Formats: sequence, structure tokens, C-alpha cells
Amino acid sequence: MQETTIMQIPIETLRLNNGLLVTLSEDRTAPIVAVNLWYHVGSANEKEGRTGFAHLFEHMLFQGSEHVGSNEHFELIQRAGGTLNGSTWLERTNYYETVPSNQLALALWLEADRMGYLLPAMTQDKLDNQRDVVKNERRWSVDNQPYGTWMERLSALTFPEPHPFHHSLIGSMEDLSAASLDDIKHFFSSFYTPDNAVLSIAGDFDPAEVKQFVEQYFGVIPRGKNRPSLLGMDLPETFGESLRLVVEDDVALPRLYVAFRSPVFGSDSYYVASVVGAILGMRRGSRLHRSLVRERQIAADATAFTFDLAKGSDLLVVDVVGRPETTPEKLEREVNREIDLLMTNGATQEEVDRAIALIETDMITAMQSASERADRLSMFATFFGDPKLINQQSDKYRSVTLTQVDNFARAKLGVNNRASLLFVPKAEKAGEVESVEPAAA
Amino acid sequence: MTVASRPLPAQAREYRFPRFSRHTLENGLRVIVAPVRKLPVVTVLAVVDAGANRDKNGIEGLAQLTAEMLREGTEKHNGIEILEGFERLGSSIEAGADWDSTIVSMTLLRHHLTTGLPLFAEVLRTPSFPSHEVDRLKAERLAERLQILSEPRGLADEAFSKFLYPPGSRYAEPIGGTGKSISAITRENVIEFFGRFYVPMSATVIIVGDVDGSEALDLVRDALGQWHGAPAPSVDSTAAETQTGRALEIVDKSDAAQAELRLGHAGIPRSHPDYFKVVIMNALLGGLFSSRINLNLRERHGYTYGASSYFDWRRAPGPFVISTAVQSEVSAEAIRETLIEIDRMRSKEVPADELSLATNYLEGVFPIRYETTSAIASALANIVIFNLREDFYDTYRDNIRAVTPKDVLVAAQLHVQPEKLLGVVVGDPAIVSKPLESLGLGPVSHRSPADA
Repeated sequence: MQETTIMQIPIETLRLNNGLLVTLSEDRTAPIVAVNLWYHVGSANEKEGRTGFAHLFEHMLFQGSEHVGSNEHFELIQRAGGTLNGSTWLERTNYYETVPSNQLALALWLEADRMGYLLPAMTQDKLDNQRDVVKNERRWSVDNQPYGTWMERLSALTFPEPHPFHHSLIGSMEDLSAASLDDIKHFFSSFYTPDNAVLSIAGDFDPAEVKQFVEQYFGVIPRGKNRPSLLGMDLPETFGESLRLVVEDDVALPRLYVAFRSPVFGSDSYYVASVVGAILGMRRGSRLHRSLVRERQIAADATAFTFDLAKGSDLLVVDVVGRPETTPEKLEREVNREIDLLMTNGATQEEVDRAIALIETDMITAMQSASERADRLSMFATFFGDPKLINQQSDKYRSVTLTQVDNFARAKLGVNNRASLLFVPKAEKAGEVESVEPAAA
Repeated sequence: MTVASRPLPAQAREYRFPRFSRHTLENGLRVIVAPVRKLPVVTVLAVVDAGANRDKNGIEGLAQLTAEMLREGTEKHNGIEILEGFERLGSSIEAGADWDSTIVSMTLLRHHLTTGLPLFAEVLRTPSFPSHEVDRLKAERLAERLQILSEPRGLADEAFSKFLYPPGSRYAEPIGGTGKSISAITRENVIEFFGRFYVPMSATVIIVGDVDGSEALDLVRDALGQWHGAPAPSVDSTAAETQTGRALEIVDKSDAAQAELRLGHAGIPRSHPDYFKVVIMNALLGGLFSSRINLNLRERHGYTYGASSYFDWRRAPGPFVISTAVQSEVSAEAIRETLIEIDRMRSKEVPADELSLATNYLEGVFPIRYETTSAIASALANIVIFNLREDFYDTYRDNIRAVTPKDVLVAAQLHVQPEKLLGVVVGDPAIVSKPLESLGLGPVSHRSPADA
């Protein structure tokens, strides 16, 4: 008794004369509204010797602009009863706030002020301060975390230098130290322009009024020019060989990441890859979890996910943590065996149905939040110029067939397309690992 | 050009927390239904008065393990069948213990509710606790313990609780237990815990989302109306005694890239009449991005990626904690600056303009907190867990607005007690020890991570 109605959210699109693409999605159920800006720039756009700059730059956008004081952006939004943040990824940087709907104009004005008039507020002191903050962010999230380096190691392993996805997103301490005010000016004028951005507004607003605000605040900002293009993004469809990196680290349990080069986000075969990932590692009923965690009990946890990269190629990643008594060699062997099984014997229709049902519930549930809605509208608008794709996602997942899944597994999960990153507990830790927490309690 | 003039707020549209109705079935099971019709989504959440506060000494982690064991097999289905049953519906059942209750929940698409709810009820009523699954979950928890002990943030949180509460106090140990206590738990313990505490009189089922009120009530009655069991004895929520006097403990982690700091003392119970005053005071001290501690440590000094403070609200007094991670070399300075902010908060009323930062924020953000069915269900669960007034959410914003600068000062003076501050630093002893010893924050002791 499957209900076939698919959720459709209302979407309106307009483009200002300066190139800013605006998407609107009205929902009057609560008096709140989300504002979301995607700039089509990320760590991939960094030049040599400036790893981590896109993210450091994101921090600087909270340090004020011509008509907004240092840290005032945060204060004004919180004072208005709103939430806000920003984030940097390989291909994009986003900035977002959710506010009571009577404060929509303020949120738009603040975003416009930093898009149009950032540079007068930039000072060496602010840059030095945020450089310290970001270095501490790196220490906190990467250097002082077990497995914290996994992402920069995996990116380096899977994207050959000088591919724009090769280098670290958070950046090296040396490169962060080297960032200058000149870099800020150049990055801003190159990438933070209306024609390189998407503005999405989701929630409680009056369409006529909001269009007026947008035109008034953003319309005067000039279009950019001479935006540097990315270096070649194209890659062969598979690695063509097995890649492998073993890292001895200050960790308690062995952990294996296996990455597969995979079709770009939004392509037809992306949805197949995504379903394959869910079959392997989404929730406790997935293959890896059932087999390695539940039945054979050699793993403590198992998941799979995609990076969702829209250019060049994406990565499908399997992530399995071993049990204390499982050797790294055994972990690697058994994970590979499960991947081999899927590749050679294929999946079942039940597995495909399970995966699609879970993905669909997650998608619809996420749409309850105005902020999520706005962010996904920005994503589809930024990568494909078409926010309405958000309403086709259920269809795209539902149309994935067992045959496609089996074909994908055969073509992409082979040993010539596996990159393994294996974390091994440091030798001196081995003793501790064997006796389970002897001195506890 | 109009860009320089900041827009003023328009007339605010009214918002009300979703209407809900409360019912009690003949077997004593309470039911709360909140129809919310935005998307075809429903959350079902059961609150059972079977929290970690009911764990006995030596087998801490029993409440958590029992909650997780619910879905590992019932009288009619094994664990795999249960798992498949939920995931086929695009859902999964989550179960875990908090200090004061166990929460079992699922979120699914509306058209799966009639299939999902009986399965949910089966898990809640008739788990069979197969012994091989008990063994497996224990082994998984032990692996998780090793992860926590090698992870500076988790290590700092646990070491701090242990430093704050005396040995033998439940709050001194983690909710999920320690390696030793998990190892000591038997299947019989799980069965006994379940039999004692999972009874309809001690449970509430909350349904939020795209449902009709009477339809939801009928579904719950069909699924759980025949659930029987004697009422569980009431739990002793009296305040645990805590350590007093200033002291610092360093958890030695050589070569740590950063120092994890925790500073605080035992706080106040959720039922304390000063709740709203303390919420506002804490928001200004360390709760908000623009709070005094964060602006000082992050934006003024660049010591950290972030610093925050919170009162961990429980039925009994949970901890008041200031939490941050700083560059090792500035650990002592970071604590010193934090002490300055505490003193400032306790010595002078906050300016009205600063107060409004917190009150406006908490008032405005209120509807944003309840966008999803699961967030609304959790909010309703808090009414049950902490026995809040029926109109708690309807009067929340009025209560926030009523807090004055004087209230904030008094709350800081009463509930933030610098003379009782205890601190834990997880970091490289070669760098942090000397400066911390000269801080004058009481005696400094050391321990190794494995002790935590």
C-alpha cells in the first residue's frame, strides 16, 4: 500500500541583473524564515601555498563589513532571535541564518553588506586573531582527535596532485601563517561576487516584499570579473589500481576507510552509487553492519557515505571500525571480502527497497527544517542552475533498479578502484588494547 | 543608497507551541498527542522512568544496555527481523538512557504509522533479551569505552564528572558505565531491570506529526492497552554530595596537540525556582556565541575555536561546566581569563542592553527550535521527565522576558561559586603543569587517561 504522492515544495526563481540567482520557497506554517547563501568557491579554488584559505576567509566574513562592526553580524542575528553559521567545503562556502520572519530584512541586509562591502572592515588584527582561532580549530578537530586526519589523508590519496581536491581543506599551519590581507582582497574580489552566488530564502515571507528587499540590498552590488577558473577537474572513471595508505596513530581501535571513485553528484549514476552506499553501510540493517558488527562481530561500527562532489568525480566511502581483538589485517581482509561479495553476487531487491525507503524518509524529514530546505535549494541552484531538482530527488531514487545496482557494483567496486586508508594503533598502545580498560572504575 | 541604514523589524507574527492533548489509559499508560500538519511525517517517542539514575553501584550502564537490548529480539521476532521490520518502513528505532529516563523513538512517514506502531509496542513490551545479543552489545560498549578513553573531549568530560562527584555517586560514572561495570552486567540484571521499571504506570507515549488526535490515541490503545505491570518504586533523586574546594586535575596526555579544559562545580536541579534566571545568566556568561567567555577567549585572545558554559539539567543537581579546548601554552591564561569573566558576572549587574541579547535571542529562537516532529516530541518528553507545568511552553517566553539585570546578578552570585571551582585539563603535562600550578586554583594532581 505504498502511497505514491511525492512531496513537492513550492519554488520560485529569479535572477538579478548582476547575476545573483535567487530561489524562494514559501512555507507559512511557522513565523520563521531561513536565508542561505552559497558562494561557488571552496578549498578547490585555493592557490598553491594557501591551503585552508577558503575556510579562513569564511571566518573573516563574520568580522564585520563596512556598515557592520566586528562580531556584530553574530550579535545582530542572535539579538533578532536567530541562529546562524557558515561552513566551507571543497566546492562551496555557505552562510546561513534562520530568523523570526519579521527580521528577514535584517538578515538579507547583513548578507548584502558583506557581499558588497567587506573589504573596508578587514584589518591585520582581525586576520591574526582569526588565524589563531582557525589554528585552534585545526588542533581541535584534526590534530587532537583520533583519526582526525582521515579526510585530508583520503583526499590526498584519491585525488592526484595537482587536482584541486587533493589538498587539505582545513589547511596546513604553515599555509595558514602565510595568509595575508592581500590574499583576502584578491579572494574576495575574485569569488565573492553576486554572479558567483546563490541566495535562497525559505519559510514565512511575502514574495512581493522579499523581491523588493533582494533588489534593494543586493541589486547594487557589481558583477565580478576575471574569476579564475579551476584547474582540470576531469579524472578517469576509476583509480585504475589499488591505492593504500597505512597510518600508525594514537588510536585505540583499527579503522579502515575504503574509497571508490564514483560518479559526480547529481548525475544519473550518482543515485545508483548512493543506493549502493546505503546497501553497504546505511544504518544497522546494512550489509557491513549486519555481517561485520552483528554476525561476525569483528567490527565495532560500519557506515558508508558519499562526499557529494559535483565536479570531476565523487567519492563513495566505506568506514569500518574494528573491535579491539580484530587485527588491522583481518579488518582489511574482511571488509574487502564483503565488498567482493556485493561485486560478484550482486544485491537483492529487498536491499534496494530498504535503502531507498531509508533515504526517502531522511530527505522528507530533513525538509521540515527551513534551514535545510534553503540549503538544498542553494545546492541544486549552485551546481545545476536549477533549484527545482529538489522536487525530483524522490523520483530519482525510486527509479534506481537492482540491475543498475549490480552493474554499478561490478564496474566500480573492483580492486582497481579501491583506495584504502587504514589506521593502526601505535605499537605501544597494543598492550592497552588487549586488556579492556583494566584500571577503569 | 540605502545600504547603510539597517532595517528595523516588522510586526512579528504570533507563534504558539503546538497544541497537545494528554490521556491516561486504563493500565496507567499516559499518552500525549500533538497533531502537527506540515509534512507527512510522524514521530513516536516513549519516555520510561528507567534512567541511569536507577543503576546500582558496580553495574553502571545497565539502564543504557537494557534500552539498547529492547530492539535485539522479542518473544515473536529475533533482532534481525525487528531491524528489517523497521528499516523496510524507511525507519529505525532508537533507544537510549539518559540520567532521568529512557527514551525509545522512531520517525516515519505517515502512511507507515499503522504498521510501525505495533512493532514499536512489541519492542517496548516483549523484549526477550537473547543472551548472545547481551554479550555482543556488551562487547560493543567495551570497544566504545576504548574509543572514549583515547579521545580527549570525551575523556575530559568523564574525568570532570569523576572529579566533581564522590566515588559511589552515580554521577561520578558515565551514563553508559565503565569497562569494569559493563563487564559485570549479566542478562539477569537486564531482565530484572526491565521487569521492575518498564511498566505502563511509568511510561508515556508521545505522538507528534501528521496524525489525527483520536486516530493516534486509538492506535496506541490497540498496541499498548494490554500492557500490564506493577508500578515501579519511586526513585531517590536527592542531591549527591560533591567535592568542595578548589582543585585542578591534569590528565596526562603527552604530545597532545591541544589542552581540553573543563571547569565548574555541581549545579542545581531542573526544578529549582531560579531556572529562568540561571538560563539567562548562563547565556550571557558562556551560552551564546556573543557571550562573555567566548568573546574573551576566542575573539579577543584567539586561544580557542570556541568556549562555552552550560548547566546540565537533571532532576538532581547536574554539573555546571565551562568547556573549551585551547592551545596548550595558554591553558593557565585561558583559565585566568575565565575567572575574570566569572567575577565580572558576579560583581555587577549586566547592562540592560546586554541582557536583551539573551532574552531577545531565547524569545526569538523559540519557534525555530520546534520545526521538526522529533524536536516537538523531545520538548513534550521534558514535560514528563521534569514534571513541568502543562503551560510551560506557552509561558516560556513570558518567563524569559521577566528576567531582570538584578535577577542575573543574584543568579550568578548564588549559582556560580568560584570558591568551589574544580578543573580538569587533558593535555601535555610537560607544557601545562607548571603554569597551572602557579594559578592558585587549589592543589594540582595528575592521573593517567586509563583511570578515567
